[in-house]
Amino acid sequence: MKPPIRGRTEPPAGLLRRIDAMLRSAFPTLVTLGLIVLAAVPVGAPGLIMAVCLPTVFFWTIFRPNTMPPPAVFCIGLTQDLLTLAPLGSGVLLLLLTHGIIMRFRGLLVRQSFWLVWLVYAAVAVGGAAMNWALTGLLSWQLPPTTPAMHQLGISVGLYPMLAWVLTRAHRAMQNAEA
Amino acid sequence: MIRLSIPLRQALARLSLPMLIASAFGVMLLGKADSLLVERARMVLADALMPVWVVVQEPVGAVNNAVREAQTLWNIRDENARLREENDRLHRWQATALALESENALLRRQLAWVPDPAPNFFTARVVADGGGTYARAVLLATAFQVPARKGQVALDERGFVGRVTEVGSRSARVLLATDINSRIPITLENSRARAIMVGNNAARPRLQHWPEGQIPREGDRVVTSAEAGAFPSGLPVGVVRWTESGAPEVELFARLDRLDVVRLFDFGLTGILPPESVARPEPRGRR
Repeated sequence: MKPPIRGRTEPPAGLLRRIDAMLRSAFPTLVTLGLIVLAAVPVGAPGLIMAVCLPTVFFWTIFRPNTMPPPAVFCIGLTQDLLTLAPLGSGVLLLLLTHGIIMRFRGLLVRQSFWLVWLVYAAVAVGGAAMNWALTGLLSWQLPPTTPAMHQLGISVGLYPMLAWVLTRAHRAMQNAEA
Repeated sequence: MIRLSIPLRQALARLSLPMLIASAFGVMLLGKADSLLVERARMVLADALMPVWVVVQEPVGAVNNAVREAQTLWNIRDENARLREENDRLHRWQATALALESENALLRRQLAWVPDPAPNFFTARVVADGGGTYARAVLLATAFQVPARKGQVALDERGFVGRVTEVGSRSARVLLATDINSRIPITLENSRARAIMVGNNAARPRLQHWPEGQIPREGDRVVTSAEAGAFPSGLPVGVVRWTESGAPEVELFARLDRLDVVRLFDFGLTGILPPESVARPEPRGRR
């Protein structure tokens, strides 16, 4: 007697399935772009856009690298630069470099505890703020003040746990859906 | 979809990051070389996102209002005492103002004074923060029939806010007085001395270049000056405050951290604007 077949065979890749897969792989990028647009709503704290952009790209690069490819990072950076009055290209370069560096060490990072990842993020944010400061100075040819950089660094590092909490929930939900 | 062999696809994936980093430098160069293109791209994006912001503005505004309401309820006693004191002071000022008004009217009659025409203005809602880490600007939602134009002066209900620097089809960007690139010619009302108010990204812009011997004094009222043809004279800006480190700053009347609605005044002035933005045909004749 034949053993009963368990489970189902995979259905052929129809249009709906393809749309589903596409949406799932585009989800992190869309979420990041949505967050940028929402961060522009004035709530009294300037510079929120950059403070939201870097942690989101950082998070998805570690935990879902295949849905955050370099072209998506490029688009996010360009949107960020166009929405803020930052010198065009500085945010793109910063995000791409962050993406590249994190991709190299993501094997190590993905297994670490939240606190250590936060610490690494803080280090990345410090480097990013320094680079952004230098690039802004270079591209606008005047020495920018350091207070806004500190301010933005503080917001960005402080926002990371909240963003990571929400994004981890989304990541888990996607993992469950794929399992 | 184009099917590529696996090694080729891997090679492309490995190359994409360096290539995109190189194109980031290209974008930087482009941004430096063609600022008009960048400006247009910024306004196209802002125009496209404007409906989203207008919708999001409603709940955010409601929450902000609720928070403010709670704060006023909390401070109601102190506020009441302050208002009573202020009311007494203003009553005394009202008597003075009425006397001065009649005296002024009398003098104007004697001089056959031609009054300045009242400037046209329209109001626009602030829907997004258009600045960034090193810039202070806001994006306004402007209706289609509203003639937003570069160089218009933005005021909130209390005083000077900034000027319009970029205009899209349904949005406009206002560079705030606190932005690091903002330079506003001002007059100190007491001494009539001219000076320049320089933004530094902090809440209070600094004063620079006042004439020798006419040092701005603490508490002097600061108004705009018509120097350079960018602003009309006499728009209220703020009050001089000296820092502990000994630098004169301007405490602005406008509350730039909680801008909801601004008034855009068109004084028809085109000073300081780059020539290409002045030469463009302007929709001003339809009024």
